[in-house]
Amino acid sequence: MADIAFLLLTFFLLTTTMDQNIGMPRRLPPMLEEQQDVDINKRNILQVHVNSYDRLLVNGKPMEVILLKDEVKTFIQNPNNDADKPEKETKDIAGLGSMSVSKGVVSLQTDRGTSYKIYMAVQNEIMKAYSELREEFSVSRFNNPLTKLTEEQLDAVRSVYPLNISEAEPRDATAKKKKK
Amino acid sequence: MKLVKKKKRVAGSYSSSSMSDIVFMLLFFFMVTTTMRDEEIMVKIKLPEATEIAKLERKDLTCYINIGTPQDALQKNYGTDTRMQLNDKFSTVNDIRDFVAAKREQLSEADRIQLTVAFKIDEQTRMGIVTDVKQELRRCQALKINYLALKPVD
Repeated sequence: MADIAFLLLTFFLLTTTMDQNIGMPRRLPPMLEEQQDVDINKRNILQVHVNSYDRLLVNGKPMEVILLKDEVKTFIQNPNNDADKPEKETKDIAGLGSMSVSKGVVSLQTDRGTSYKIYMAVQNEIMKAYSELREEFSVSRFNNPLTKLTEEQLDAVRSVYPLNISEAEPRDATAKKKKK
Repeated sequence: MKLVKKKKRVAGSYSSSSMSDIVFMLLFFFMVTTTMRDEEIMVKIKLPEATEIAKLERKDLTCYINIGTPQDALQKNYGTDTRMQLNDKFSTVNDIRDFVAAKREQLSEADRIQLTVAFKIDEQTRMGIVTDVKQELRRCQALKINYLALKPVD
């Protein structure tokens, strides 16, 4: 019996792979029949461009990836109600009453030559900004971190800080050059 | 002159009855943790790092798209260009439609909407091909995606 057990043991030892599948879940927007131009006020958009040299341009200013998180946070929060930062609208949220919700949208545009590494780094920073905002809100409102909230509370927090990331159709720097 | 004195060996005996217990324990451990890899990865993939990640649930609802450069042994035949692997062969963006349809067929009616496409993409890949894949998935109405990543080691 021990022989068989050993045989099975070696088999599983050799075939086993400790793969942990962890990743960043996302939802793609459905393909529309015709391209609609959604009119969004310019102040409500944070434009993040990444070029083929993996350099960032945030609303026209060059920026390092590690600074992006704070930029997104102040953009969404707009603590001083600046005129060039996004508007807020008052929404009725179940369980919280009326809250002011930012209309800000983060628009991410990459080039065909951008590396996947920097793309993921940028996405990660934006996500981090949103989860920090949600975490702060959760602690101040419910005195609990996000992980201890009930499902309804979590939904409420999510609707106070909805994840608004729009990915623009990619540019192709090489194609542009050819046209000229 | 001998520097080390040889120890006298004493013939001892020990019970080996507990060995099988240990072997069984290990066996169960590996049986439980093992995941059978149903496809051989033919491309070199080094996943990017990310912190805002969640565990991928429901493996049965997931299909994988691998993108990277071919493994060293395959480069003789397939070159060093970035390639996409679906199931166990190199494919192009046009094959995604059939790939997703085939996976949908296997799922029950209720689960179809839950189908997740997991991206295993090498960090050096250019966004061009990634975007093409994403556009094709949008056309196929497979909208739940997941960018697989690694937890950074601190």
